[in-house]
Amino acid sequence: MDKLKKLSKQQLFLPIMCVLLVLAVNIVYDISQGNPFYSFFRITMENGLLSGRLVSIINRGSEVAILAIGMTLVVSASGGTDISVGSVMSLCASFCCMLVAGFGVSSVSSADEFAMPLVVGLLGALLMGCLCGAFNGALVAYLDIQPMVATLILWSAARAIGLLLCNNLIVYIRVPEYGVFGGYIGFMPTPIIIAAVCVLAVSLVLKKTAMGMYVQAVGINKKASRIAGLNSRRIIFMCYFLCGVCAAIAGIVNSSRITSADSNNIGLNMELDAILAVALGGNSLGGGRFNLAGSIIGAYTIQAITTTMYNLGVSSAVSPVFKAVVVIVIVAIQSQPLQNWIKKHRAHAAGKEAAKV
Amino acid sequence: MKKIIATALSMTMAMSLAACGGGAASSAAPAASSAPAASQASAPAASDGVITVGFAQVGHESDWRTASTKSAQDVFSAANGYDLKFVDCDNDSAAQLEAVRNFIEQDVDYIIIDPIVSTGWDTVLTECEDAGIPVIVIDRTIDDSDKYVSWVGSDFKIEGLACGEWLKAYAADKGMSEINALVIEGSTGASATIGRTDGFKEIADREGWNIMASQSGDFTEAGGQEVMESYCQSYKGKFNVVICQNDNEAAGAMTAMDNAGITYGVGGDVVLVSFDANKPYVQMVCDGKINANFECNPMAAPTVSEIIQDLEAGKTPEKEIYVPEHWFAAEDNVPSIDVNGETLEVIHATQDVVDARPY
Repeated sequence: MDKLKKLSKQQLFLPIMCVLLVLAVNIVYDISQGNPFYSFFRITMENGLLSGRLVSIINRGSEVAILAIGMTLVVSASGGTDISVGSVMSLCASFCCMLVAGFGVSSVSSADEFAMPLVVGLLGALLMGCLCGAFNGALVAYLDIQPMVATLILWSAARAIGLLLCNNLIVYIRVPEYGVFGGYIGFMPTPIIIAAVCVLAVSLVLKKTAMGMYVQAVGINKKASRIAGLNSRRIIFMCYFLCGVCAAIAGIVNSSRITSADSNNIGLNMELDAILAVALGGNSLGGGRFNLAGSIIGAYTIQAITTTMYNLGVSSAVSPVFKAVVVIVIVAIQSQPLQNWIKKHRAHAAGKEAAKV
Repeated sequence: MKKIIATALSMTMAMSLAACGGGAASSAAPAASSAPAASQASAPAASDGVITVGFAQVGHESDWRTASTKSAQDVFSAANGYDLKFVDCDNDSAAQLEAVRNFIEQDVDYIIIDPIVSTGWDTVLTECEDAGIPVIVIDRTIDDSDKYVSWVGSDFKIEGLACGEWLKAYAADKGMSEINALVIEGSTGASATIGRTDGFKEIADREGWNIMASQSGDFTEAGGQEVMESYCQSYKGKFNVVICQNDNEAAGAMTAMDNAGITYGVGGDVVLVSFDANKPYVQMVCDGKINANFECNPMAAPTVSEIIQDLEAGKTPEKEIYVPEHWFAAEDNVPSIDVNGETLEVIHATQDVVDARPY
């Protein structure tokens, strides 16, 4: 019992509980359908590829997980959100496909038709992500513009620039080499590997250097950290920069899944998912202390909800309502007043118990 | 210093915004918002024999839309005796209203609207009527006003019915004893989604087919892929028909089925059906990857041109006109189908058919 109490005090306890709760819904559903209770969690090899609902969740949740890394740092350091990530994803994907296919070409079906090697396209996309991140970072860190206002510029402009780069067309790169980043390496879905590498790299940097502490310090009190000798502006700038890079990676993955640059739809509304992931992870959107693992769990929680909707066969017209209800419950469970109330209630009950004895 | 930079930045932004706003209308004419109403001229018939047509297009969000625009530009060319004033409204309904008002001020002879939204049109259509300019609506519909001459577009329900009738004939020919269908719907609430879903469901209910699931793929490839991946996990080995409500979704569904090791198309485990019939996807029908594809014809312009000629000749065209649409199949075992008592041809998609496709 004490162990359980200790466990429930852990910062990650609630986010993990929430994702388990969502998954539990599927067990109930599967049993009611007469399926074995584990059918949602079964991981099999189909056609030589890893397959199963859990794999789908981790695979399809990769983009939001990658975005959530950058978003967590941005939220922590500046107490604001970067709402441009979805559009930047689209811009980077469009830029990549435009470089590879050549301007004005709408379809490439073999590697011989490449205007430029694939590597150039990928580097170009990353560079574009850096550029967008630097632009946002400069506005927020050096011009002191409100984060939402600063990133609003690219939120509206980046997708449009992507459309221009693609000459208002969907650019198809129907080449297996390009499909790898959203497909499979061996039996493993590549997005899972990419997301894992990103998460590991960033968390290593945060753990092994003082960067994590700096970011939190700046987020808690910008002025105080400057007086303490930190270059607050540069740290905020770097967070936005990294967020741009994350958006570029997510954009490449998303575009590679469909081996095309669909500028209208890539990353559409994904900035909201990324922000939600940060919130579901138990992080305060006001900045300061952050927990990267929480955000990543939050990202997969969102995908778990989506996949659950598919599993339950909820009709597409009402699934947003279900999603909203689940999100409200999760956010409410984690809210401070409710937790205080539960604590008080428990203490009260414990007091009664003690009185009886 | 900070203030100066901030001010300069905000001014640049304001200017760029203004430039954007101007850009949308620039292809039509200088926005003469303060110009005196020049719309009193009554007779639309042009004296020099050139018919001026204003076309307020939705935008350029898909290949289908591009084909629609190109069709208008080809038909309403100077060679055909037209002067086309084309405005791309970039999916901005306010810009579209503005474009129509500009057409009135320019005193064009006819106005073509592909309405971005279906409501809020009565005022501006009344202005058109007062100015004596006939309005023709294409593709999407206007719900809150009937002050237009005709609407030209697709009958999505017929497309859905045709899909069902074709499947019935195909299944009978191939000796498929039962149909277990999975449907990947388009965007929720879109007229194409509603029509195609209703049409197919009507036949499915009549024939006692089992529609195992029907979920939205949002008309995108990514959506089609994700929904199909989920279907493969839930229903692998239990379904034999997949209906995708547009081509992009079909492309996504193919990737997902490839990954799951499910074969489709001619000789495959699963019958794959798509809608829209864009050229690359008619090619896939020809290659046997898609079993059948039901066209949603973007070429409304020839029909509109006929309406305009009718009006010039003093005739009254019908209020609702459907553009002719074609059904393509990978095999020639079903030459024709009966839809609502009408016999329609199913075109066997050969390479020649594909090459002849304009879009």
